[in-house]
Amino acid sequence: MLGYIIRRILAVIPVMTIVAVFVFLLLRLTPGDPAAIIAGDMATPAQLDRIRDSLGLNDPLYVQFITWVGNLLQGDLGTSIISNTSVTGMISERIWPTVNIALLTIIISVLLAVPMGVVAAWRHKSWIDYGVMSFSVLGFSIPVFVIGYIFIQIFSNELRWLPVQGYIPPSESIGGFLARAILPCLTLATIYVALIARMTRASMLEVLGEDYIRTARAKGVKEDIVLFRHALRNAAVPIMTIIGTGFALLIGGVVVTESVFNIPGIGRLTVDAILARDYPVIQGMILLTSGIYVLINLLIDLSYTFIDPRIRY
Amino acid sequence: MMKQRACSHPASRALRTRSGVAGLLAATFLASASLIHPATAQDGETTITAVMHSGLRVLDPIITTAHITRNHGYMIYDVLVATDENFEPQPQMADWTISDDNLVYTFTLRDGLTFHDGEPVTAADAVASLNRWGERDSGGQLIFDVTESLEATDDKTIVWTLEKPFPALLDTIGKQSAIPPFIMPERVASGSADEAITDYTGSGPFVFVEEEYEPGVSVTYEKFEDYVPRDEEPSWMAGGKDVKVDRVEWVTMPDAQTTINALISGEIDYIEQVQVDLLPLLETSQDVVVETRDDLGYQTIGRMNFLYPPFDDVKIRQAAMMALSQEDVLGTLIGNPEYYTTCGAIFGCGTPLADETGSETLTSGGDVEGAKQLLEEAGYDNTPVVLMQPTDVVSLTAQPVVAAQALREAGFNVDMQAMDWQTLVTRRASQAEPSEGGWNLFFTNWMVPEINSPLISPMLNGRGDEAWFGWPTDEKIEELRAEFIAADTPEKQKEVAAKIQAHNMENVNYIPLGQYIMPQARRDNITGMIPSPVPVFWNVEKSE
Repeated sequence: MLGYIIRRILAVIPVMTIVAVFVFLLLRLTPGDPAAIIAGDMATPAQLDRIRDSLGLNDPLYVQFITWVGNLLQGDLGTSIISNTSVTGMISERIWPTVNIALLTIIISVLLAVPMGVVAAWRHKSWIDYGVMSFSVLGFSIPVFVIGYIFIQIFSNELRWLPVQGYIPPSESIGGFLARAILPCLTLATIYVALIARMTRASMLEVLGEDYIRTARAKGVKEDIVLFRHALRNAAVPIMTIIGTGFALLIGGVVVTESVFNIPGIGRLTVDAILARDYPVIQGMILLTSGIYVLINLLIDLSYTFIDPRIRY
Repeated sequence: MMKQRACSHPASRALRTRSGVAGLLAATFLASASLIHPATAQDGETTITAVMHSGLRVLDPIITTAHITRNHGYMIYDVLVATDENFEPQPQMADWTISDDNLVYTFTLRDGLTFHDGEPVTAADAVASLNRWGERDSGGQLIFDVTESLEATDDKTIVWTLEKPFPALLDTIGKQSAIPPFIMPERVASGSADEAITDYTGSGPFVFVEEEYEPGVSVTYEKFEDYVPRDEEPSWMAGGKDVKVDRVEWVTMPDAQTTINALISGEIDYIEQVQVDLLPLLETSQDVVVETRDDLGYQTIGRMNFLYPPFDDVKIRQAAMMALSQEDVLGTLIGNPEYYTTCGAIFGCGTPLADETGSETLTSGGDVEGAKQLLEEAGYDNTPVVLMQPTDVVSLTAQPVVAAQALREAGFNVDMQAMDWQTLVTRRASQAEPSEGGWNLFFTNWMVPEINSPLISPMLNGRGDEAWFGWPTDEKIEELRAEFIAADTPEKQKEVAAKIQAHNMENVNYIPLGQYIMPQARRDNITGMIPSPVPVFWNVEKSE
């Protein structure tokens, strides 16, 4: 197992190297000029050129790449071209709202979706099953901003129970955090509940048809133990996969939800950086997101061994 | 034995897993401590929370012409001279005298000027700041072209000696937009004008709270307790800057609907710009006031590329302008006639130099038949017009679509290409052929005070490659600009401005497409906002 983990971690190096080279080149080939953003509408071509010079954007591509990689190897993601602040600092400020919202969303989603999927499979082709499936189709089909606006209209504008927008870190106020996080988390959870519930149902339906389930029932094992200990554990591998990738997607940034609820997360940071052609920030964000995906995939793979003892690496 | 069994029980494992998740959650909560919003207003402090038109990302108001950075500049810096609501330059940090031959301007700093670090503002700081500004600002460059010397003769006196008179000197250093000469400490201003500053010490009425700044998300200002306001009533950028709140926080909200909801619910106090189509949402709230802060507003314009066919031919440029209707453009862009007006004056309606000569067709609905005839006379050979359409800037999406339709009706072969604004600003700097990555036509907007004089309007530069994008080589307009610089009375300036207007409409240096206003909205407990093109927070009070 340890050897497997080391091999997987080492495999990260070529993956990240390819990502770094690809992102660097792709950005430089994209039309756009950060100097134009900095200088504004009235700048003359000569002024733009001088600003490009001062930013190092006129250096040959390989010089820019070597400088960037050299800094990267020392743990320095560089400085934002536009705001002149450290990329590492910007990301470390903006990642926590995203992480906190993602964690709460995934907790809500799992707590709701897994029981829904289990019950839907258990009562296959009943009204409960159809209800869960209808919810899943709806939850997965309605655009996230529509759900967000509906929640804001009901809970903020009409009932006045919750604030419209904003983010307060839990360290400052748990109540303040929950008050502002609950609507975006419920909005995002609508999609993930739909996704995880469908997956749980499908996986459970397959397992519930197995001989050992019939045997357990024939032996008089209680139905809840059959469902949750025998069936769910055996159905858990695909469910864990979907939860893990869902979490990675959430950490990667949920731009629309962050915009609708005004959460200063990394999704908005990435989009703003792309619109401004802020190369160091975009590069930093894509590297970070790639790293998160690799790490979460590794954790998912490792979790299989705990869920299903038959799986060995 | 029991203990071991309990530990291996799935439920127990699940419990462990849940504890792990809870632990992770708790760790995350703790780890995020003080990273976001590290400090908030103390009890009893008055804080105004404002949503501005965009997020603040560039902090150097000299390196950029971005309006949000200029607004930031007015919060933390001060200027020697400022323009009032009558377009007159007034003393702000300094009074002045002018020699009889109009060649020597002597400025004297007023008492009580202090930087935020406690150091006094000196004439040497002002000289360094003016020099740096002169490298970036087009109006400043014109003054420095005729400058013999600019020096600090003592701690309070600045002597600016010219080689020949520049009657608009005070107007130029007192202008409120793009780029005002903000006064910075000499140690900051002596750096390159092409590299952004990193020391944000000003002497203005607010202090920038650097540790709370999150680029593009929020910026906080605190009242500068040692600031000494002038005694005069505030008027535009001039007069007393009396700060009546403890803190001002600018927050960025990317979603217009959310911003409006936040104002209605009282989570924010002020919105700088409200999209006109969303105004009905605010009309239902009795605690919100919607108003016009800036009567001049914006001018929307079209600019052609003079280097390539078909717009290298003046008749074809005239045909394109003739096909366009300001009413159609503004009606599509803004919709509500309360917030726009047709205006053929290239210096903007409501300004001292306003003159609408030659704009009758534009302001009265266009003349497609006339445009067709002109095209025929010019021998237009169906050369495609590459029209760039930005898709991500709300205030610029309508103009290209309306123009494309009008031009097609007149007989132009229009190739409208959609792109994001960043791609457009890069591409418009390209002098390549339109079919090889260049362009023929694009649209943009200006605040009226940015184009209200031939000295500052970038579209009226006729110096070929040195001119603004489109690069017209226009000796006539350069002569007229020189004539304007030499005009030493308002009457003479107006006379020359009228000639420039007529020439522009004849030569089509650019197409003025009318003016529009962006209303602001505030909670009704926010009072004292000054009518001004720049949103400022001095004189503003917030009651409970």
